[in-house]
Amino acid sequence: MPSILSIAGVEKHYRSGLTALGGIDLEVGRGEIFALLGPNGAGKTTLISIICGTVTMTSGSVTVSGHDIVKDFRAARATIGLVPQEIAIDIFSTVWNTVRFSRGLFGRPPDPAYIEELLRDLSLWEKRDSRIIELSGGMKRRVMIAKALSHEPELLFLDEPTAGVDVNLRRDMWALVRKLRDKGVTIVLTTHYIEEAEEMADRVGVIDRGRILLVEDTAALMKKFGKRRLKLTLQHPMTAIPAELADWPLELQAEGHQLLYTFDANAESTGIPGLLRRLGELGIDFKDLDSERSSLEDIFIRLVERT
Amino acid sequence: MPLINHNGVWAIYRTEMARALRTVWQSIATPVITTALYFVVFGGAIGSHMQQIGGVDYGAFIVPGLIMLTLLTQSISNASIAIYFPKFTGTIFEILSAPLSAFEAVLAYVGAAATKSVAIGLIILLTATFFVKVEILHPFWMIAFLLLTSITFSLFGFIIGIWARNFEQLAIIPSLVVTPLTFLGGAFYSIDMLPQPWRTLSLFNPVVYLVSGFRWSFHGVGDVSVAASLGFTAGFMVLCLAVLWWMFRTGYRLKP
Repeated sequence: MPSILSIAGVEKHYRSGLTALGGIDLEVGRGEIFALLGPNGAGKTTLISIICGTVTMTSGSVTVSGHDIVKDFRAARATIGLVPQEIAIDIFSTVWNTVRFSRGLFGRPPDPAYIEELLRDLSLWEKRDSRIIELSGGMKRRVMIAKALSHEPELLFLDEPTAGVDVNLRRDMWALVRKLRDKGVTIVLTTHYIEEAEEMADRVGVIDRGRILLVEDTAALMKKFGKRRLKLTLQHPMTAIPAELADWPLELQAEGHQLLYTFDANAESTGIPGLLRRLGELGIDFKDLDSERSSLEDIFIRLVERT
Repeated sequence: MPLINHNGVWAIYRTEMARALRTVWQSIATPVITTALYFVVFGGAIGSHMQQIGGVDYGAFIVPGLIMLTLLTQSISNASIAIYFPKFTGTIFEILSAPLSAFEAVLAYVGAAATKSVAIGLIILLTATFFVKVEILHPFWMIAFLLLTSITFSLFGFIIGIWARNFEQLAIIPSLVVTPLTFLGGAFYSIDMLPQPWRTLSLFNPVVYLVSGFRWSFHGVGDVSVAASLGFTAGFMVLCLAVLWWMFRTGYRLKP
């Protein structure tokens, strides 16, 4: 896959002495959905801001579609769309006017037909003459997306697209991302939810404290780190795990009230049916069972342990 | 890629003008009423007891100064708010991430601010004709001074808007520096009427040069030479451009 975004040795040090980015190298291929995964303060937004031109990098170089973002900023920026984390729109403007403004700002001639299609796709058409101040938070976020897409960018950045967003909008957002990908738009999104990365992205880059820890295909990452846990809440507490259950790696928790079974989500057999059968044979009753996927936190802990 | 992002410049200019048109009656009523009040007080009540200044009736004498007064304050407030407000609300991110050079951004914002100032200046001139007989000896130079001053002080306002971190700072330069300098800049009197050392000190007030040159274009007489007026205004404009160039190059208070 030819790359649309090349980042080489990008560093950002603030005058306060804070290092936001400590040397980032990254290639994003044309047409892929790339998720930048990391905790708050990892440097995700700083990296996006540098590429989009709202933060100046200390050193390094970035090209977008082969255009250097500093030397050839016009050509580079004309192909980029940005949906920032915070909602920031002129609240007195109407939906139509603010989207038209963005298109013009990015150098494109007016195209009412395209903007109409865009607003319809985002369920904003009925609200086109409403002023931003009259819209709900979710609607404002849709307007932010419409503005970012107004000039038909090739590379779209979505900074925390689903933070503080309701289920409907989240589903719409995911549908939109897939539709854009089908049109050939490359999407880079940041998130701290691993489910989101898993659901949407072709590839995932994990970033922490200004450094990229790893870049993997999403499937490979889930395979590597996708541990799952089965939690059984017991009817009667146990003091020790019976020897008959030695085939399963089990842990006793909550003063013997909980039995925890960790297994590989990608393995051919999970071992759950056998475990439950054996528990039945042993007459161990449980009142509740719950399974959970390893969280991003676990992945970080394991990554940091390895490095 | 075209050499100039004219669509981008036009988008900002148009939006800025639309913002002014939303409150068009307010934008027009304020200067008209203020000017009318000045004429009633200074032109009618006080002016009738005053002798001519340099062969010009007092009422007509204050017209250029009044226009200049409004031009300066309007240019500075229009341009400073135009850039400060996006900074305050966060919408500046879109301007900074657009394929727009610093020159184009300044052209669009300052162009819109200066357009508004010139319009208000002309409205005041029109209002003045209802109260006094206004003669303009050098109409070309009158327009030139009007444009030059509007552009220069819109640039100055733009700098204040980038520099300001809060609303207090946004207001402090106009109210603490510009307004006193304007009042002491000979809008309502000729500096020849001042006793020494105030007359000499006045020559260090930049507004004296603006008012004087503008008054010359109306009545053919000014406190200082026209060349000095033009030279000063142009010099201040170059200074503002240099500061803006530096601000954009370093990302001063725009980009972390």
